[in-house]
Amino acid sequence: MVERRPSLGILAHAVLIIGVLVVAFPIYIAFVASTHTAEDIVQVPMPMLPGAHLLSNYHDALVGGTVGAGSKASVGRMMWVSLMMALMITIGKIAISLLSAFAIVYFRFRFRQFFFWAIFVTLMLPVEVRILPTYKVIADLGMLNSFTGLTIPLIASATATFLFRQFFLTVPDELVEAARIDGAGPMRFFIDVLVPLSATSIAALFVIQFIYGWNQYLWPLLVTTDETMYPVVIGIKRMIAGGDAQNQWNLVMATAMLAMIPPALVVILMQKWFVKGLVDTEK
Amino acid sequence: MAAEKRVVFRSGWLPWALLAPQALVIAVFFFWPAGQAVLQSMQQSDAFGTSVEWIGAENFRNLLADETYIASFRTTAVFSILVAVFGIGISLALAVFADRVVKGGTFYKTLLIWPYAVAPAIAGVLWLFMFSPSIGIIAYALRTIGLEWDHLLNGPQAMALIVMAAVWKQISYNFLFFLAGLQSIPKSLIEAAAIDGARPWRRFWSIQFPLLSPTTFFLLVINVVYAFFDTFGIVDAATQGGPGKETSILVYKVYYDGFKALDLGGSAAQSVVLMVIVIALTVAQFRFVEKKVNY
Repeated sequence: MVERRPSLGILAHAVLIIGVLVVAFPIYIAFVASTHTAEDIVQVPMPMLPGAHLLSNYHDALVGGTVGAGSKASVGRMMWVSLMMALMITIGKIAISLLSAFAIVYFRFRFRQFFFWAIFVTLMLPVEVRILPTYKVIADLGMLNSFTGLTIPLIASATATFLFRQFFLTVPDELVEAARIDGAGPMRFFIDVLVPLSATSIAALFVIQFIYGWNQYLWPLLVTTDETMYPVVIGIKRMIAGGDAQNQWNLVMATAMLAMIPPALVVILMQKWFVKGLVDTEK
Repeated sequence: MAAEKRVVFRSGWLPWALLAPQALVIAVFFFWPAGQAVLQSMQQSDAFGTSVEWIGAENFRNLLADETYIASFRTTAVFSILVAVFGIGISLALAVFADRVVKGGTFYKTLLIWPYAVAPAIAGVLWLFMFSPSIGIIAYALRTIGLEWDHLLNGPQAMALIVMAAVWKQISYNFLFFLAGLQSIPKSLIEAAAIDGARPWRRFWSIQFPLLSPTTFFLLVINVVYAFFDTFGIVDAATQGGPGKETSILVYKVYYDGFKALDLGGSAAQSVVLMVIVIALTVAQFRFVEKKVNY
């Protein structure tokens, strides 16, 4: 702050508090709805204070409901599918990007530039623009309703490869020379020197890619038709299949809360890595 | 791309083995399907896939002659402009004030960034619930002040609903970049202007806003990309493209025509059009990155 202006200071806090409240309002409503019975919520207007059914609603959602018009699959299973999907995408992306960046930076071989540009071009081919043919490939390979079908098409990553390439280029050459003198081969150097040095970048990417993986929607919508393979984001959409009155809104909102908690926790607890990851992946 | 290592390893096969996983994934799941999309966009096949006919650019001609496709383009343009303008405007205001507060900056930041973690489809469900014509709490509040809310029948209201959900989710991202941009502006510039008698409002428009222009332009591109491609979940959860086709953005239409209406050639032609849009947006983004260094 340059000068003292109490009025402006108060205004700043007021604007920020309003901003925070507006941003939090949908979540508050979801939370309140998740603590009432379905009958209470369809009263107009719905209650604005938390009710007494918090535990029973979350329990019903996690186990899988028996009433209502939409899907009745267990949210516990969906959370597990989402977690596995997010972790497989995240770890897969980081692993194959580390390897490709290592090859591109530390070796000279024919078609090196070609591979570099081929990876770069994938930036311009998001799932959304090639959904039908990609779906057909997965169907032909028999990978529908499987974790491999859910995750492998999403693990190619131009941004992660570039991030690691940028980082490897800043690693001093003396380290390679020292490793060579000590008799270490390329893979030894990669595992014992390069990967530990990249820990910060890996952590930042992990946060961003975990959220990306957890929040996938279009792709799982296409490749999963079996309830036991629904990630929670898909499951919640299937739960609101009925009209307003038939939906178990209390359970839908409990599921929404459950679906938001893991990625929100990752963002809040790993805020430093999250911000670094966001900024790095856009370079 | 000029940077190169002086010291490298020598091996004939190892680099190929290292690249193999990534190369395999992009070949099978990116380039092959993209090539198929381009091929199919110039073919016409019957519903059973038994006969395929080469028809050149006819799918594209049909597409451009199709009223609903042009309407979908218009819908997407309106949607992305609204999302970009509101998303950038609101987060800029929040970032300017967050940059100003002495105490509690981190606190506000933490409370503003977490919607980034919410999946688009979940955001759609949350806003749908609040605005549901029969039970939604906000729809009820609007009714008490005399505004009938029914996004199931009213197109502009449906558009407003998906814009609000999309902006809500994107504010945190824009906010972080604006805050970082504001904090990188040298304090001496602002102090000098203050000594010359410029008041905060004036200082913002004459110093901070112009110096933020690279960030603003970058966010403009990112927000348009977001509105085009990452909002499928919001649309599918909140409106399903309805009422009618009033909120059927391009990505929703390509999905609907391909998977629900099973129009393979038309859907492939739409994919190719989308590809061209992505390429244009990516080029815009990278040209900006090159220029970013010299401000």
